[in-house]
Order: sequence, then structure tokens, then C-alpha cells
Amino acid sequence: MTRLEATFTSLRARGERALIPYFTAGDPSLALTGKLVVEAARQGADIIELGIPFSDPLADGPVIQRATQRALQAGVTLPRVLELVRELRAEVSVPLVFLTYYNPVFAFGLKAFCQTAVEAGVDGVIVADLPPEEAGPLQAEARPAGLDLIHLVAPTSTPARMRKIARASSGFIYLVSLTGVTGERTELPSDLLQHLRTLRGITAKPVCVGFGIGNPEQAAVVGRFADGVIVGSAIVRVVEEQSGSPALIPEVGRFIAALKAPLRAT
Amino acid sequence: MTAARLNPAALPDPAGHFGRFGGRFVPETLMAPLVDLERAYRAARADARFRLRLQDLLTHYAGRPTPLYFAERLTRACGGARIFLKREDLCHTGAHKINNVLGQALLATRMGKKRIIAETGAGQHGVASATAAALFGLPCEVYMGSVDVERQALNVFRMKLLGATVIPVESGSRTLKDAVNEALRDWVTNVRNTYYLLGSAMGPHPYPMMVRDFQRVIGEEARAQSRTLTGRLPDLVVACVGGGSNAIGLFWPFIKDRSVRIVGVEAGGHGLQSGKHGASLGAGTVGVLHGSMSYVLQNDDGQVAEAHSISAGLDYPGVGPEHAYYRDLGRFQYASITDAEALEAFQTLARLEGLMPALESAHAAAYAMQAARQMKKSETVVVGLSGRGDKDVHTVAHALGSNNGNVVEPTPR
Repeated sequence: MTRLEATFTSLRARGERALIPYFTAGDPSLALTGKLVVEAARQGADIIELGIPFSDPLADGPVIQRATQRALQAGVTLPRVLELVRELRAEVSVPLVFLTYYNPVFAFGLKAFCQTAVEAGVDGVIVADLPPEEAGPLQAEARPAGLDLIHLVAPTSTPARMRKIARASSGFIYLVSLTGVTGERTELPSDLLQHLRTLRGITAKPVCVGFGIGNPEQAAVVGRFADGVIVGSAIVRVVEEQSGSPALIPEVGRFIAALKAPLRAT
Repeated sequence: MTAARLNPAALPDPAGHFGRFGGRFVPETLMAPLVDLERAYRAARADARFRLRLQDLLTHYAGRPTPLYFAERLTRACGGARIFLKREDLCHTGAHKINNVLGQALLATRMGKKRIIAETGAGQHGVASATAAALFGLPCEVYMGSVDVERQALNVFRMKLLGATVIPVESGSRTLKDAVNEALRDWVTNVRNTYYLLGSAMGPHPYPMMVRDFQRVIGEEARAQSRTLTGRLPDLVVACVGGGSNAIGLFWPFIKDRSVRIVGVEAGGHGLQSGKHGASLGAGTVGVLHGSMSYVLQNDDGQVAEAHSISAGLDYPGVGPEHAYYRDLGRFQYASITDAEALEAFQTLARLEGLMPALESAHAAAYAMQAARQMKKSETVVVGLSGRGDKDVHTVAHALGSNNGNVVEPTPR
């Protein structure tokens, strides 16, 4: 059983939902990302997503675009993030999942990437611009290496596509809540539950929802129906606001604890 | 390579691949819409009424066919092969971009889309999109890097006059690459009612195929005109390559004509050694940018590099996947022309032929002049003059001004 499977099995047994915070690796520095990951795990994060910065993040809104720029300016590269994960594994046992675009992975080499990532302690990878139709080559390397390839379902996905994606996805399925880029929204999309229900009818794999979820109230609503709640931009915004302040780690920790609270068993 | 192996009509394959290039590397949100778009396009292409309507627009609105013009004084000055210019600069809106835009705008209305978005570099595609949007009564928003907004002020004003909204893009290198990112972000958000009118033979499938098909008219005309004017096919066909739409349009009908040498000309910028250029095929490596696999200017970590060119339309670190495919096959060759060489060609064409080409097209002209000198007088070269240069006069004035105002002397005649 992979670490991701074990996490969801144990959460389901406890009647809990996963909180999956996202950090752009290297924002504001790799050292601080390491500290943020440790703090997030301490405050109840069940899985942690690390964004590998890419120069052209076309699925991201302004907050993560800015974080990406800061990370790239700080000289963050995929090999250095892999190094960070290797170091973090001494302190953190929660599953770590990379979120990135295809080109940095492709440039690293698919086989080398999958092997190095697993050796470093990465559990899965989400590639924002790699639909199942193009994922064959990466899948062929990820499976034997033991790296989960997590695919995304969108509000525009037809039931036929949902089935294809659900079959291809391992670890969990990432349901994109809205048509748009990453970023906080004041309202949850009205058709989210309907999409979730359709997807549930197709697959028994864990479904985690991301995009547009930015506060504990929204996390609570989504947590009633999904296996996990992914929060990105809202956390990255706190990192941005507290960057350079000694309050960075405790502020992010407090926010993560608040997001996790409604997802615990009642 | 044998002629039998070349079957351009069989490409792309059903998944949108040209060999290992092309495909659909996009967020899942866009996958079903791209499939719908492909289906709608194939249905339109098979519909005689659609083809007739487009043909009518190309003839009576855009001004096709464009002439194939024998540049006699330029030929004499070079002293080699006869140079013919395929005059896309004479199209309505001043560039080949209108061919694609009319086709796609017609498709957008057929699909019932209520809004058009587009990206633009030099502003030519933005102006063409704004024109088609006005013609079809659709609101149009054009994403344009803020650097390009500044250096193509005339085109920005033209778009506004046509009723379009120009949205300056401040992210990244603030040029075409970032305008595409922003247009894709808009499309991901508004995909249900919005048509993304992509301007080059790049992006996710079906765009490279669709744009090529709408631009093929350039090469089909040029091929027939060559036969009429010279009694044979040209020996060399040349076009500039940024994303590659005018080039694939001109080249495509010649692919199976093995006697015809085909050369795409990329932006050499300050020279390939300087690292400041736009030569994805000449100096890039295989990667994924803007939805398809092709050659990309990037560093070892897969971060996309900033391109450089004096011409905004060639200032792009990627290139259409079909170009990558024929490059690897050896059927198309690629060369580069520096900013300085393009500027010189711009002036040469102005003085010898009374033609001011777009700086993009000046790259093709510069290469063709060099090549013609090495060729026999009995041979012929066809150059894609993809657009007119009015939009670039300001840039040219600025560039020549920084050269102490010395206008380069034309080549001796």
C-alpha cells in the first residue's frame, strides 16, 4: 500500500477528511519552505503539495504566479526541491506530492524524475498540463518507480472523460472545482456538488477538491462531500504577506490548523 | 527521404500529433472544449456552404488572390536567381493573418460563441481578429504584452478603432509568450461562451492543423502562380517563422515537390551566439510550451527563455509543431537572420522596389537575397512577404537613429 493509499484508508476509518495545503517550493526560500512543511504537518496537514515553479504557469492565477516568480528569482530548480524533500523526510512523514507543469519534468528526464522523486521521498505528482491522453510516457515510468500520477477532473470533463481520468489516476483524483485558474473566490461554484456526485458514481478512488477554496467555512462545506480539500492561493497569500516577518511560520500554522478543524471527525 | 514517405495530408494523427510533436498539453478544463472545437472544425470543413462563405470573404473582403510579384530590380541587384514576392502584405489589414482569422471567426459564429479573445505579438493578428470581430458583430478582447503595446502603438490604436479591447500583459517577459499565457487563462475561465482565436500554427490540437488549413491558400496560390509566370515550380521557397503560420501556409502545398527547397527563417536577434534571438528551431530543444510539444528556447531546468527580436511577431521562444516535424525529417530547413540584416533588407526593399515589408517578412527577404546571389539566373525564389511594414516604421526609425541616423546603403545594382 502506498503512503497516499494508507493516508486515505486511515482518514476514512476515522471519519476524517484530508487537508492538503499547497506551497510554492522556494517561496520565499527553500529553507523556509522546509520549515513551512514541517509546521503544516504539525498543524494537521494530511498531505502536502509542493509546487515546482515553471516560467509559464498558465493554469495559475496572480497569487501563485507571483510566488512562482519569486521562487524562480531565488534560483529554485527541480533538483534543489528534490534535495529539500530528501532532507525533509527525516522530520516529516505525511505524503508529499509535487504539483508542476510538464516541461520541467520532461527536461529532467521522465525516468530519472520518477526514480529520483521516489528515492527522495515524493509520493505523487500532479502535472497541470498533462491530460491522460499525453501521460503515457510519464505513466510508464511512474508506475514501476512507485510514484502516484494524480490526474485532474474539471467541470468541463464529460462523464466519458471522467471515467478515463479515474482509471488513469492513482493516489487520489484532483477535482478542479471551477472553470478558471487557481485563486480564492468568494463563493463556491453552484455545480460543484453535482460534479462530485457524478464522479463518485464512477469511481471509488479518493476525490480531493481544489481551486477557489480559501477559508475554513468553504473547507467545511467541501469536506462534507469530498475525501480531501486542497488549499493553495489562500496559503500562498499568507506566505506572501508574512514574507520576511518572524510571524511567517506561526501565522501559516494557525491558518492551516483553522482549515483542518472542520475536517476532523465530529 | 523518399517522396513516398511524405504524406502531409495524413498529419496530424487523430490525437493531434506530428510524429513526436504537437498534441494537447493543456489543463483538463480545456480538453473537452478542444475536442468540441475539433469536431466543429471538421464538420465546417466538410460543409460546402462554410467553404463557399469563406471563399467569398477571402475574395471580396480580404482581397485574394494576392499577386506573386516579380521583384525585377531586387533580382538585378542580387545578380542571381529571380526573386518573386508573394504579396500577403496586400491582404486586407496588411498581413496574411486575415486568412486564418476569417476562417476561425466564421467557425466561432457557427459554434454559437458570443465572445472572441486573441493574443498578439506584432499586433497584426490582433488587428485581424478585431477586424473579423467587427465584421461578425462579436466583442473582442486582445491580450498583448506591454512591451509590444509600446513598440506597436499604431496597431494598438487600430484595434481600439475597430472596437476591440486591448489588454496589456505585465507578466513574464511582457511579450507574445505571456500574451498567450494570459489568453489561455481567460479561455480556461470563460471557455463555455468564448472562442479563443489563436493566431499561429501553434498551441494545442486542433489549432496547428486548423491554422495551417486556413493559411494553405498562400502556398496553393503561389504554386499555381509560379507555374503560370515561370512555367515551373520555384527552386526555393522562403518564409519567416515565429509561431510559423505564414510559413506553414506557404510551404505546405510544396511539401511533396521534392525539387523545391524550403527554408524557414527565424529571428537571429543579436546573433545566435548572443543568446538574444528567437530561433527555436535553430537553437532550441524539444519541450512543451503553450499546449504542444515542439522546439522551445529553454534552460536545462525546462524554464522557458525569453526570446529577442526586433520584430515583435518573431519574438517568441516556441514554434508550431508541424515545423518541428519537417525539420527533423529534413524536409524543411531553417536559417536565421539578425536584427541588423532584417533592417537592411527592409531598406533595400523600400529603395529598390518601393515596398516596405513588415520586419518579420524582412527576415525572409534578407535570407532570400543572400540565397539568390548563390543561385543560377535561371532559378527562382518565392518569398513570403507576409505583411506590410507601416506598423514598424517607428521601430525602424528608432533603430536607425541609434546608428547615428545612418541609413544603410542599398546593395549595389
